[in-house]
Amino acid sequence: MSETATETGVKSAGESAFAMTGGKVTLDRRPILRGVDLTVRPGEVVAVMGTNGSGKSTLVRALLGLIPLSGGQTLLYGRPPARFRDWWRIGYVPQRLQVGGGVPATVREVVASGRIARQRRLRRTSAADRTAVAEALEAVGLTARAGDPVQHLSGGQQQRVLIARALAGEPDTYVMDEPTAGVDAETQRLLADTLATLVLRGRTIVLVAHELGPLEPLITRGVVVRDGLITHDGAPPRPEGECARPGHEHVHPHAPDEPGAAEILGRGAGAGPLNWQGEA
Amino acid sequence: MIELLRTQFFQLALVAALLVGLCAPAVGTFIVQRRLALLGDGIGHVALTGVALGFLTNTAPVLTAVVVSVAGAVAIELVRARGRTSGDVALALLFYGGIAGGVMLMGIAPGGSNAKLNSYLFGAIASVTTQDIWVIGALAVAVIAVVVIFGRELFVLCQDEEMARASGLPVRFLSLVIAITAALTVVIAMRVVGLLLVSALMVIPVATSQQLTRGFRATMALAMTIGVVVAVGGLLASTLSSRVPPGAAIVLLALGGFVLALGVGRFVRRGRVREPGVHEPTPVREAA
Repeated sequence: MSETATETGVKSAGESAFAMTGGKVTLDRRPILRGVDLTVRPGEVVAVMGTNGSGKSTLVRALLGLIPLSGGQTLLYGRPPARFRDWWRIGYVPQRLQVGGGVPATVREVVASGRIARQRRLRRTSAADRTAVAEALEAVGLTARAGDPVQHLSGGQQQRVLIARALAGEPDTYVMDEPTAGVDAETQRLLADTLATLVLRGRTIVLVAHELGPLEPLITRGVVVRDGLITHDGAPPRPEGECARPGHEHVHPHAPDEPGAAEILGRGAGAGPLNWQGEA
Repeated sequence: MIELLRTQFFQLALVAALLVGLCAPAVGTFIVQRRLALLGDGIGHVALTGVALGFLTNTAPVLTAVVVSVAGAVAIELVRARGRTSGDVALALLFYGGIAGGVMLMGIAPGGSNAKLNSYLFGAIASVTTQDIWVIGALAVAVIAVVVIFGRELFVLCQDEEMARASGLPVRFLSLVIAITAALTVVIAMRVVGLLLVSALMVIPVATSQQLTRGFRATMALAMTIGVVVAVGGLLASTLSSRVPPGAAIVLLALGGFVLALGVGRFVRRGRVREPGVHEPTPVREAA
């Protein structure tokens, strides 16, 4: 388990989904990220945690190239975002209070837009597109509401639409910004089930979370951001541990090769990625 | 009425109204979705300078209007993309400059007159020439082509710009495409409803349509239908009396349709609420 942490940044960038080195982000002259090294390898399920304003959301958006870096560099499958072409490999679930623009759009239309990176101009919607959209709707339990305007759905249901939109693109890597924030327990469970399936298929997942809730057993690696720096990178925190309590501030110095990280967090080194099966 | 249909000026007017009714709501759907409903107004103000420039330089005002309004639309998009609060004021300044510049140049221009200014501000569909129709027709083809070619990408862009970025779409290019298309639409609509009312044909049919529809495609299709109906309807209404200005008739007809749709939409939605709710998937609880 601690292997993940030890090898962070050592493996060649070509093998990793994301590789940020010395990443700095400044917004309105305020430093948000102050030199972040983070490498995410295929198959990892990384939870990026931290308090509000710690920069965790900025971090994942910078990983995707949505926010330009003011220093350092970040690579998507070995390429800087501006030169990255295989966007279909990435499924992004943004943090949104409200889905949709000024014109109504049906749930199906929004979910289908997740296929855009796989579609070509002037090509009609293919059977594969339709199947993927239908499966994504089914996965989040919104098939019956496919024809409804997304604006009419509750907050939790809108969150599910965004997740389905990412699922529809059938990407290798998912980036989810606070998918559990402000959603009902039902949606949280559904999200956990969906993620469990993705983990079984070997997908890479990076998610920002304030608290993990039912997702906790799925996480293989925890990254804690504080004041724009990574203060912990290694074993995911467990709810039983004192350090893992929601709201608890992690003050461990950033030392990926520190052997004690897992013990500090009260989690043995044997916790594998598929542990959720035994624990759920 | 039948004799009127045979006259050339009316046939030209009818074609112009049809094209405007079709194009303006199509572009308008994307603009409203992007919450830029007033973009058309902004471009319309800037286009006035273009028209006046045409009179000043003795070129076809429709052509100079295309050039200047496209330049204005690009400027507006660049200011918008920077996304700072001062952008709001920068846009306002551009609009005032457009109107003032237009009135000033028109005053200086040898052939300029208040009557001509008015015909561009409020439309003069009866004075549409064959040359105008060729320009309007070409622009209309360009606008519809953009919607057909880029429609899917523009939907994602206008729906969720960050998502568009994370999908690798050329966001800057597509933003310019939509701004330029809006500028072309303004010029198409200029002769029919006038620069001060062009935006009405981009926004009102969409606002009307979305009272009754549930999806994006449906909204656009219905908005285009409404656009054609009110444009042609307003034109026909103006033939009843020479005192009825067609531009204003078209816009008022569109507004009337909106009020009607608002009522119908309320009624329909109230009916929908009483439908039995769709069942949520029951939570699966395995043994803990």
